[in-house]
Amino acid sequence: MADEMRDMILEYVIDEYVDEEDDEEVSFDTPLISSGIVDSFSMVSLKVFLEKKCKVSLPDKEATPEAFDTVNKICELVRRFQA
Amino acid sequence: MSNIGSYEKRRENFSWDIAKEVLAWKEDEILNIGAMCSDRICAQGKGDKKALIWQGFGGKQKTYTFNDLRVLSNGFAKFLQDLGVAPGEKVCLFMDKIPELYVSFLGVLKMGAVAQPLFSAFGDESLEVRLLSADTKVIFTTRKHVKKVRKIQDRLPALEKIVVVEGNPNKLRDEEIYMSMEDFRVENFKVYEAGPDTPSVLHYTSGTTGQPKGAQHGHGSIWGQALTTSWVLDLKDDDIYWCTADPGWVTGTSYGIIGPWSLGVTQCVLDSGFTSAAWYKFIQENKVTVWYSAPTAIRSLMRDGEELVKQYDLSSLRHLASVGEPLNAEAVIWSEKVYGLPFLDTFWQTETGSMMITNIPGVKIKPGSMGKPFPGIEAGILDLQTNEPVTEPGTVGLIAFRPGWPSMFKEYVKKPDIYRSKFVGAADDAMPAELRVDESIWYVSGDRASFDKDGYYWFVGRDDDVINTGGHLVGPFEIESALVEHEAIAEAAAIGKPDEVNMEVVKVFITLNPSFEPSDDLELNIMNFIRKRLSPLAMPQEIEYMEKLPKTRSGKILRRYLKALEWGHEVGDLSTLEDD
Repeated sequence: MADEMRDMILEYVIDEYVDEEDDEEVSFDTPLISSGIVDSFSMVSLKVFLEKKCKVSLPDKEATPEAFDTVNKICELVRRFQA
Repeated sequence: MSNIGSYEKRRENFSWDIAKEVLAWKEDEILNIGAMCSDRICAQGKGDKKALIWQGFGGKQKTYTFNDLRVLSNGFAKFLQDLGVAPGEKVCLFMDKIPELYVSFLGVLKMGAVAQPLFSAFGDESLEVRLLSADTKVIFTTRKHVKKVRKIQDRLPALEKIVVVEGNPNKLRDEEIYMSMEDFRVENFKVYEAGPDTPSVLHYTSGTTGQPKGAQHGHGSIWGQALTTSWVLDLKDDDIYWCTADPGWVTGTSYGIIGPWSLGVTQCVLDSGFTSAAWYKFIQENKVTVWYSAPTAIRSLMRDGEELVKQYDLSSLRHLASVGEPLNAEAVIWSEKVYGLPFLDTFWQTETGSMMITNIPGVKIKPGSMGKPFPGIEAGILDLQTNEPVTEPGTVGLIAFRPGWPSMFKEYVKKPDIYRSKFVGAADDAMPAELRVDESIWYVSGDRASFDKDGYYWFVGRDDDVINTGGHLVGPFEIESALVEHEAIAEAAAIGKPDEVNMEVVKVFITLNPSFEPSDDLELNIMNFIRKRLSPLAMPQEIEYMEKLPKTRSGKILRRYLKALEWGHEVGDLSTLEDD
């Protein structure tokens, strides 16, 4: 289940934020915000995605650039609020 | 002692020529913003002084002196000349807040071309509209953002050159040019001699109707920007200044480049995503003394609390100011409590080019107030019905200014009628050159406010449907036009919805085409559609599905009705509302 969520988020990040022409590898630990792949403004749509797909409500205070910086960190955050 | 000294005395004895005194300007010098922010500072013996301390993603750091600015901006200027760019032609700067953005801005101006900085998070459609409108000839961008240019270049007949200044040059297409700033250090360059009205910087701003308008500024704007920087931001020679704005917007050029560098002041730039901790660390490490930020950021800092502040040494800070949207009283009070300094709110806009109504060092702050008119600025509140200046304190009307200040925009590119419509009392056939110096008329800002018995102004709201999100204006028309290009959407209306941090966020009301049903997937799809086409700022954060949109009998969507319902305001006169 956890792996499924991780795969789903990674797939979404690649589909929505990584350009087809980019040849950079994005993995579960690739920095997203601090590397500029996802700009801080676009974090909002990523948060909406998580809330809708993972059926969770993420408080704005917790949805920080640090917490969203890798797919693994995002999964940790989501699991914390699913619990 | 603040640079301005006594506000009252400055108002009594004001002349914009004081800006020339502040800059120690001599009449035989060349007026050119690019040179005045680099060459001139070096000529004053400050060539070795730090001009830019830059920090990017992953903690990357670079430092540039004023002499670096001089020779590197010469490099950009010569590069453009060699490309065949002529004075007056538009050169777009489309990149993140990297050093190349700041230096190329100066270089473009030095050779007489017009700098058109655009917010790097813009999607391809937002970019296209602005490049097409300006007949932009050259675009400087980066490997990361060139992909958006590629998508639209075939629809931009005026665009001749795409220059990539950062990223892997091996990934470029044949027609794209790679330029590494460091390879273009040019010792001598003959700077273009500009006049005060010679076009310098072009910023686009959104309105209620139609596509964004290009507000063209001139090189003479520097007098207003330098003097307000000195008197309001109170910059002194030994300050370390941090303006958090992006030069894709007017604050980032007026006060993130021109103001500080014309005064020879060192500034810092942080080009990485916002986190409160990262910002405090940046202030601590660079010993920032003067900090100019925005209410959205300040409210986010408030949200992260006082305990976090205590983990950093912010004792270097001596002066704080804010711009972009009204700064709420709570934020002013909070900042005084936790930083020991209040944020001073400043009011101005893309068109005004420099601060107009502002809180000023040494003048008592009324938290939540916009402050008072800057010396030399004649401000007024115009009656909502008659457009006559109101005299009674507390009366809400339109914020207006008598034309004639040096940073005032010169025109809207190719839109003289819209320019004229911004003035009350203008003759029907008056041209921009007449309007901008006619002190008998009023320039109307598009915002509502009142003043109190002490002459302080109090912001009330926009007089139109433009959405102010995080200090950036977003036009509803642009969003609606893009929305109806989505296959699922039949009709759309976009409004600003109240938001605790961003003041407003975009909310849209849509009707769906037959065969489409509301769903989470559709909602996300629409959000991302707008994010990529326009920008993350324009992305709706709430989508409401409707059977039909409220319209006038003539078929115009009644945005103000939807907005009134959303904000819990009186809906006003509904006599034109279409019957069910």
